[in-house]
Amino acid sequence: MPMTTTSLIDLANPSRFLALVNRLSSWLAAATVLAFAVGVFGVYLAPDDYQQGATVKIMFIHVPAAWLGLFAWVLMSIAALGTLVWRHPLADVAAKAAAPLGAAFTLMCLITGSLWGRPMWGTYWVWDARLTSELVLFLMYLGVIALWQTIDEPTRAARIVAVLTLVGAVNIPIIKFSVDWWNTLHQPASVLRVGGSTIHPTILMPLIAMLVAFTLLFLTLHLAAMRNEIMRRRIRSLLMLQASATAGA
Amino acid sequence: MTALSALMLRDMRLAVRIGGGAVIGVLFFLIVVTLVPFAIGPDLALLGRIGPSILWLGALLANLLALDRLIAMDHEDGSLDLMLTARVPLELALAAKALAHWLSTGLPLIVATPLLALLLNLDARATGAVALTLLAGTPALTFIGLIGAALTVALRRGGLLLAILILPLTVPVLIFGVAAANAAIAGAMPFAAPFTILCALTLASLVVGPFAAAAALRHGLE
Amino acid sequence: MRIRASGLACVRGGREVFRDVSFVVGPGEALLVTGPNGAGKSSLLRLVAGLLRPAGGRIELEGGGPDLPLAEQALYLGHLDALKPALSVRENLAFWAQFLGNAAVNPEPALAAVGLGALARIPAIYLSAGQRRRLALARLIAIKRSIWLLDEPTAALDAAGRKMLADLLRTQLSNGGIVLAATHDPLGLENPMELRLGGNR
Repeated sequence: MPMTTTSLIDLANPSRFLALVNRLSSWLAAATVLAFAVGVFGVYLAPDDYQQGATVKIMFIHVPAAWLGLFAWVLMSIAALGTLVWRHPLADVAAKAAAPLGAAFTLMCLITGSLWGRPMWGTYWVWDARLTSELVLFLMYLGVIALWQTIDEPTRAARIVAVLTLVGAVNIPIIKFSVDWWNTLHQPASVLRVGGSTIHPTILMPLIAMLVAFTLLFLTLHLAAMRNEIMRRRIRSLLMLQASATAGA
Repeated sequence: MTALSALMLRDMRLAVRIGGGAVIGVLFFLIVVTLVPFAIGPDLALLGRIGPSILWLGALLANLLALDRLIAMDHEDGSLDLMLTARVPLELALAAKALAHWLSTGLPLIVATPLLALLLNLDARATGAVALTLLAGTPALTFIGLIGAALTVALRRGGLLLAILILPLTVPVLIFGVAAANAAIAGAMPFAAPFTILCALTLASLVVGPFAAAAALRHGLE
Repeated sequence: MRIRASGLACVRGGREVFRDVSFVVGPGEALLVTGPNGAGKSSLLRLVAGLLRPAGGRIELEGGGPDLPLAEQALYLGHLDALKPALSVRENLAFWAQFLGNAAVNPEPALAAVGLGALARIPAIYLSAGQRRRLALARLIAIKRSIWLLDEPTAALDAAGRKMLADLLRTQLSNGGIVLAATHDPLGLENPMELRLGGNR
């Protein structure tokens, strides 16, 4: 029966998924480059902040990085449900591939935030609500990655990590609120001025463009990472097959 | 000497492969140091003053965390039995294991120190002082911990008991480590005095640790 | 070189496992230690290997160099295989060969001799129980020691494996080595001595 469209179930087959990724990946990469070209051009045109000067443009990296750091955990949580509830075979591959990317973007958010704030604070780090909850998010990503590294067998690792991911998903809003309270109890939160409550289009448009560009980058990298993980598992299966095929078993 | 280097290489390989302990020690260090400002508030001035102590405590606990598997893993799969029949003296074998452990778990802590010092608002001079004292003092922590690992090798609740046994013994290292770091930062006290005592503690532990651990293992045999 | 044991007694966990065990094993001789479970076969082997202290009696190595105790002249093969799952087959064997024997030893011939040559680079975690046992037996080939202390060596081995073990034992004995084995299995030897434990409790 000729297949003109591929449904989600079809993608459950790793080979079919790999074929799809191979077709898509070059298009995605091209789209990413294009989006970045548009975004960077828009950033160049955007006006400087009256107080901070050109350093405000770090925001165009910082905000997308923060967004993707959260996006990756949401993706991992959906994948976790896919593993535990719907038993989709590729869900854990998606989850495992997303973790290092989420960690990297969160780290980028932390570093850019630190560099952006240094002229104002005088140090590279303050324990304010936003930064601290990002740091905790980063630690949670590291924990997930460490857990992936500890268990050799992929399907068992997937279930255990899925539970941790879902617990973490519940914990993230809690941390965000609790750190807000913690900070207001001990010290007034430092205020990051982005230019007022209404964002002018000359800043909003490049920001959206960079958001789109970074998201495309994430998707490109994520699909590539999923492909690598599938290959890794195939090698593992081949090794196991070779071991059991040899006499003496 | 090739037998000992084979042992060290094996232990370091195991530490970085799946299930090994190299990365986990640094992560624990990171988390412990992050927890302290949550407990005492985000007062940067205060954090800067007690920063060296926080880093030392974090390194101590992180180092301890990975130690209880050091000998127990070999005991569980029968490797320890074979090591006892080697022509290499058990004391040297244990020293080699401890050294491999420090290289794969202790050194990364020192490498991570500058990053954590940043979070605690320590300046470059303070960071350097803490890193140097950690470099001089963490081998002592590992080699003293070796004794605890040997004492608790066959026990179930080994990890916690090991901590209870070992932490009192590490108090001198902690005292002189923090004193040396603070002396380097403040400049009021001479740095050489606590630092040389710290080095002396490390050198002593390099000898006492393996001998005590070997004795513990031999007497622990039925 | 001969092993002489006189009046050995063993106490484990407060319970006396055996007492007054004596034997002599000389070059080219094999001693099979038999008996029901719990009789102390493993304990006797561990005693000879120096991993356990006897509650009474003596073990002496006659004719060996004065500097080398019995434990360092023997290869002990216990229930556990002493393999690290994260290391490859080759790395596992190479480590023990370097640590217990000679740095220059190449583990490949020993691996081939036990039928694991094709699996040299595979992580040991993927091996079956029988293959792990073979890897442990490969140590006997790679490391040259004159005394073998084997605890249930045929456990998990299939018929081909047992035949391979029998060949190994015959070679060791014909080279003047000594074999002490705790086993339920005759091991394919022609005329081994037998020490039966556990009859007298």
